Amino acid sequence: MSQPVPIPRRTPPLRAVPAGVPLAAIEPAPPVKVENPTVEALRMFARNPSAIAGMLMLAAVLLVAIAGPWLYPADPFEIRAAPMTPPLNEDAWLGTDYLGRDVLTTLIYGGRATLLVGAVAALLSVLIGISVGALAGFYGGPVDKLLMRVTEFFQVLPALLFAMVVVTLFSPTLVTVTLAIGVVSWTGTARLTRAEFMRFRDLEFVRAERSIGARDARLIWKVILPNALPPLVVSATLAVGAAILFEAGLSFLGLGDPNQMSWGLMIGSSRQYVLSTWWAVAFPGAAIFVTVLAVSLIGDGLNDALNPKLRER
Amino acid sequence: MNMTRTLLSRLLQGLALVLAVVVLNFLLVHAAPGDPVETIAGASGGMSDELKAQLRSQYGLDQPLPVQLGIYLGKIVQGDLGFSYFFNLPVAGLIAERIPATLLLVVSAVLAAFVIGTTLGVLSARKPNGLLSQTITVLSLVGFAAPVFWTGIMLVILLASVWPIFPVSGLRSIDATGGGGARDMLDVLHHLVLPALTLGLVYLAQYSRLARASMLDVLGADYIRTARAKGLSNRVVLYKHALRNAVLPVVTILGLQFGNVMAGAILVETVFNWPGLGRLAFEAVLRRDYPSVLGVLLFSSIVVVVMNQLTDLCYRLIDPRIKTS
Repeated sequence: MSQPVPIPRRTPPLRAVPAGVPLAAIEPAPPVKVENPTVEALRMFARNPSAIAGMLMLAAVLLVAIAGPWLYPADPFEIRAAPMTPPLNEDAWLGTDYLGRDVLTTLIYGGRATLLVGAVAALLSVLIGISVGALAGFYGGPVDKLLMRVTEFFQVLPALLFAMVVVTLFSPTLVTVTLAIGVVSWTGTARLTRAEFMRFRDLEFVRAERSIGARDARLIWKVILPNALPPLVVSATLAVGAAILFEAGLSFLGLGDPNQMSWGLMIGSSRQYVLSTWWAVAFPGAAIFVTVLAVSLIGDGLNDALNPKLRER
Repeated sequence: MNMTRTLLSRLLQGLALVLAVVVLNFLLVHAAPGDPVETIAGASGGMSDELKAQLRSQYGLDQPLPVQLGIYLGKIVQGDLGFSYFFNLPVAGLIAERIPATLLLVVSAVLAAFVIGTTLGVLSARKPNGLLSQTITVLSLVGFAAPVFWTGIMLVILLASVWPIFPVSGLRSIDATGGGGARDMLDVLHHLVLPALTLGLVYLAQYSRLARASMLDVLGADYIRTARAKGLSNRVVLYKHALRNAVLPVVTILGLQFGNVMAGAILVETVFNWPGLGRLAFEAVLRRDYPSVLGVLLFSSIVVVVMNQLTDLCYRLIDPRIKTS
């Protein structure tokens, strides 16, 4: 005779009701708490130390970029001290470049163009990507075929080279640089959105909406998109980092807006003199590095919070 | 039979993509303000209206747009990518001259990153929270966030100036005679280290992270449990059963990223004055030498298309489950 196998208990044991106690006097069991998934994700994000570090770093960078010029009015193109002054000098704490421009001023003012272009270009690329991906994934068939051919075409174009051509053909301004970056970097988002829409399109809750006569626009934007959002939020965060690097690369090559001081421009213009003025390259580059690092830490944190299944990676 | 058809349709697709790039090239140049003749006139310091008109008819610029497109396509099919006014050379020859340097740089950087990255990723997957795993996580963050041109310059300051082990820039020493002997090859290799390291670090970060994630993923699969249950040794399970599947995503990324690698090559070649295609593109853009710029753009697009198709083929060879996409 074998021993009876104990049945694992999942529910709390029933409480014995003492005789004579009226049923109404028994305290009801506490209701099962169902956490709002957004709140749960936010809580998970807030408990992630590296994500919080990323937030703090980004907040610091944004604060300097927004409030810095207001607290410290100066012209970043102005010649402030002797050329190639090393750092820790009282006229220029972080030194001056080969022309005598103050590196600290550049650092404060140079973030504006980079952050603005990075954010707007990323927004543009995410908007294009989501629209193309949503339409392709939702309608399928010939629409999907056509849009995927377009996506493939933009994937084949070497992005930086193409942006360089566009910017030089149509004079480099903040607007053309932003447009050029946005237009060449949406393909990843489009593919991701398409995959998500194909996954959701025939699920029951979408079919139910459809059966009560919801229009396509409602199904796409109000029904499917909110469900497809978690991976898209993560990819949008990474897009910001990529767009910042892209802007920095273009400015480094001297193809950004020449009237806007930016971190990349400072590095590019000091490139020839780097062996005598390392500080004019090291500090602006570190600023780019810290900004992009902050954004990617936030992205990783969001990824962990929104896709808990992948957490162990 | 099936394979031939797939290949054929892939080939047609690739051709269509290249054709689209050519048309886009053409339209872009025509949408831009000013025309090539104005550019030449500007560069040569003024020109009479008659001469401009003569040049326009000589280049076919007075023809209607579709006819011009036809002429342009006809020339490209014959391998004629136009003439560079700045370098005073045919663009096709100019590109051919620059290919070896870029090829050397890109192939050594990406190949080294692939081999080292995959090895590190696979080794680290044995201990998902070990030191190596944590190093890879940090490395992949840093590798993504550091602008490649900045890393390059920092490496120059460190390893060519403060501690002068490697040359600052260029492909050969100034006093080198070239020629391709053993001495020349060593000289080139010596110059190659820093640029290849700069470019390779970016991909090393990506590949190691990807290889680690995909190895962890594969190790959780049922067939791995079966292999272990059969009593196979850890070595055989890891390197014969798991590795093959884990390496697939890395190969895909490797092949699909070639457009991206070109971006890295432009920046790294600019930092190191490496005489390759990337620096050609940069110089041509600065001088508004559109025929050369468009030539490089077209050439790189063709390379990307070919690489994508080859990746697809490789994928089919490594993974026989994929028959038709």
